[in-house]
Amino acid sequence: MSTSRYLGQRIGEHDAVISGIGRSQVGRKLGRTGLSLSVESALAAIEDAGLTRDDIDGLSTYPGLADASPGMSPNGTADVQDALRLKLNWFSGGGEVPAQLGAVFNAVAAVSAGLANHVLVFRTVTESSAQTPERRASVVGSGGTRVGGPMQWMVPFHAVSAANWVGVYAQRYMHEFGLTRHQLGQIPLNQRRHAQLYDKAIFRDPLTMEQYLDARLVSWPLGLYDCDIPCDGSCSVIVSRADAAPDLKQVVRIESIGSALTGRNSWDQRADLTETAAHDCTKMMWARTDLTIDDVDTVQLYDGFSFLTITWLEALGLFPKGEAGPWLEGGESRIGLGGQVPLNTNGGQLSGGRLHGYGYLYEACAQLRGEATGRQVEGAEVAVVGAGGGPLGGCILLTKDR
Amino acid sequence: MTFQPLPSITADTAAFWTGGADGVLNIHRCKQCRTWFHPPTPVCPSCLSTDVGPEPTSGRATVQGFSVNWQPWAPDMHVPYVVAVVSVDDTDDVQLTTRLVEIEPDAVSVGLAVEVVFEQVEDIYLPLFKPADGRVPVSITDGESA
Repeated sequence: MSTSRYLGQRIGEHDAVISGIGRSQVGRKLGRTGLSLSVESALAAIEDAGLTRDDIDGLSTYPGLADASPGMSPNGTADVQDALRLKLNWFSGGGEVPAQLGAVFNAVAAVSAGLANHVLVFRTVTESSAQTPERRASVVGSGGTRVGGPMQWMVPFHAVSAANWVGVYAQRYMHEFGLTRHQLGQIPLNQRRHAQLYDKAIFRDPLTMEQYLDARLVSWPLGLYDCDIPCDGSCSVIVSRADAAPDLKQVVRIESIGSALTGRNSWDQRADLTETAAHDCTKMMWARTDLTIDDVDTVQLYDGFSFLTITWLEALGLFPKGEAGPWLEGGESRIGLGGQVPLNTNGGQLSGGRLHGYGYLYEACAQLRGEATGRQVEGAEVAVVGAGGGPLGGCILLTKDR
Repeated sequence: MTFQPLPSITADTAAFWTGGADGVLNIHRCKQCRTWFHPPTPVCPSCLSTDVGPEPTSGRATVQGFSVNWQPWAPDMHVPYVVAVVSVDDTDDVQLTTRLVEIEPDAVSVGLAVEVVFEQVEDIYLPLFKPADGRVPVSITDGESA
């Protein structure tokens, strides 16, 4: 199949920039409402962009208000629009998009189409506060009602957590290509090393390979440190029309987007259980740019589960299919600060908290702006952000304004 | 009350979720081009014919990947248990997420031959799978490296 399927008549991404970024307090059991976190990150991003509340004419979020899943998404567009009394020309919130970053893609499309000049994109979670001994975050089917849609094919069999679904992929990859838990452990160890450099990460104590391997299993081959940590927090970015951004010194350019899903939209029907939507959307992203993986200075890739990061690294073309294990044995020389492609320089979600895709986006922008104090990738000019797992995937190639 | 989420039944999915009453694993199939497909939908994904419906399979399948769950996600869950994706042998590409029973987690492997065994809960017959005794494991393509 020709890659031309991914090319429109123009690359509309170039019409939009990320003009500002904001991050709320992030932590465990903060005891704050989702809306207070959303407002904090939103106002921070607006101020950072050099804009005012009245400049914001677009609003976008993922996955929209999700009351049924505790803490997953306590706010939708209505809450935030009304709290800030935004006068909007365009808005969108929902979960049926190319994974978490879909809300950013929608904002870029709206700006490129001329429907809005400055779109506030936010993502808020209160999963830590929502968690109790009896009620865990992100367990599907705990509501007591009958299950429909795609989840009905998994949760009745007690495949209730993404740990189970991703565990199957990880097992098949290990079977197929010989990946070991020791090699997989390079991902959480890397993130913990980076978290130690970032005072806003949540888990900053040293983590050794022995601790990783000895930790209790969650869903084999995934253990405790292969799973990210629920947190409370919010990230916002402002997607602006390129020629309307107030401060061109700090804008982050959007080189290309990958939003494709050419495989089955399903966790268990994909023909190759060692690949995910990451393998689909990255092809589109690369087809829409002249840049290549060799141009990339840092990658901020989904690590809701450590194995998902491997699918992103592989899909981006950092090593041939199946060769994640030997590649990762390079440890810091591969993915550490100063390595081949510094990965998840903020500690990722494994050590930084599950900001559900938006922590990576915030971090990539901070790196490209040269503001990642203590963990800065020297001379970072090109970054990839990829979010999602299984049938969920979306990625974006960002560049420093040049 | 035991943790057991159940699917809702629709006209499309009824034969899949209740076939166990007759001991049958039903999978949707196109009556025109004979393609098997899952999940059950009112259109053939291959030829787009709407002349489709459930047909019985042998109930035999092959393990394609699995995960041994050790985390009790609800207070009364018994662990460990084995979540698996199996391919239905009668079909080209139909895969099912399921739970394996009557086997120790350590004995599960990719390529293991399994057969359906139903667990009835209310009006639903959950297709679980157990080792298919006396059958030679189906070889998996792309090499079987240890």
